[in-house]
Amino acid sequence: MASTLAMVVYFLVFPGFLFTAAVGLLTSWVDRKVSARVQWRVGPPWYQPFADVLKLLGKEIVIPEGARRAGFLFAPVAGLAAVVVVSTMLWLTNLRGTGFVGDLIGVVYLLTIPSLGMIIGASASSNPLASVGASREMKLILAYELPFIIAILTAVTKVSPMTLRIDGILEHQAVNGVMLGSASGVIAFIVCILCAQAKLTYPPFDIPEAETEIMDGTHIEYSGAILAVVKLTQAMMLFTLPVLFITLFWGGVDLTGIGILWTVLKYLAIVTIIVLIKNTNPRVKIDQAVRFFWGPVTLLAIVGMVLALLGL
Amino acid sequence: MGLTHWGFKKSLWVFHLNAGACNNCDIEVLDCLCPKFDVERFGIKLVGSVKAADVLLVSGSVPRKVVPQLIETYEQAPKPIAVVALGACGCTGGIFKDGYNFAGPVDKHIPVDAYIPGCPPRPEAIIDGIVKLLGKL
Repeated sequence: MASTLAMVVYFLVFPGFLFTAAVGLLTSWVDRKVSARVQWRVGPPWYQPFADVLKLLGKEIVIPEGARRAGFLFAPVAGLAAVVVVSTMLWLTNLRGTGFVGDLIGVVYLLTIPSLGMIIGASASSNPLASVGASREMKLILAYELPFIIAILTAVTKVSPMTLRIDGILEHQAVNGVMLGSASGVIAFIVCILCAQAKLTYPPFDIPEAETEIMDGTHIEYSGAILAVVKLTQAMMLFTLPVLFITLFWGGVDLTGIGILWTVLKYLAIVTIIVLIKNTNPRVKIDQAVRFFWGPVTLLAIVGMVLALLGL
Repeated sequence: MGLTHWGFKKSLWVFHLNAGACNNCDIEVLDCLCPKFDVERFGIKLVGSVKAADVLLVSGSVPRKVVPQLIETYEQAPKPIAVVALGACGCTGGIFKDGYNFAGPVDKHIPVDAYIPGCPPRPEAIIDGIVKLLGKL
């Protein structure tokens, strides 16, 4: 019973929903502030994302005529739940060393659920622009998943008896130094950052929600509290993906003493790289994105994999 | 004042509807987002879909052909929504008030919360109008 209660607390409060939501929203403020500074503006105050979400919770939910209600309303919630589970798993593995065989597979699988949720929700909304967005999102998933999985397998390969446990990768890094200290680790990290850009649907890969051509695409019919869930999921993804990369490539999260500072700095560094790529690149077309991910990025990921197999 | 109301005042998402405007007001709206004025400091940003909007910003003199679209956009918007009529045309009809296809200013068709006159209104005037709208919310 006590352990059940502890799990509820884990999932809902500390590494789970509340913590991830709060830090995710703060991170989306960092995103907006850095974007504003890049564009020579002042940018919003720190509480801006919180105000956005609170406002959306108080608004009416409009369900379009002809939409499939259940799919439209529950798909974003499934995405939110998946991100909460990933975040909880990563933090518990980092802080308490609890893991199980194959938890890395679970993380990779769960990280696609938010995108799948958006596809289902957009398809259920009976809006032609949302359908275009959903179809693009689907192509984008097919494009980036291959290099993303190869890059993550690079980290798996570098551990001497190969392991699919996240804590195994963390232990390896604690003994032999971080993955980023080796050539293959750096290559896999770069590939992961590029895939994160597409996973977050940030420019240059914001094709599914292009504001100027298909008016927010997959999000077009969402309003009120359900839009708050969508925005929250995006913010939490922006928090979870850098934590995953820190865990796999950069020695993991450490919340004791000076470790807090290093963790925050690593985290902000990755977020800033993602935001800078977002602000300095124009949107590409979907065929260009697929060609980019299946061509150069997959090749780069395979080179990293070969280097890892050679022990570099 | 509840938390959602605080959030509403701190984060106005604007959907801009051009109801037959000559594009001049629209350019001034974009000026507000530029570095010199930067209304994102107050949480104001443009959104692509009216479903996400808190403010429906209507510019233009509303010709007859646009009336159904204007009313439908207003009905699609999630409530509460504030409507702002922008420019001399949006407020009164301006120089087009005697036009053969003029179908009345914005407030003839949907309830308007704030009027921002000017041809075009300066960005300062738009920000002033938004401040007055915030006082009303």
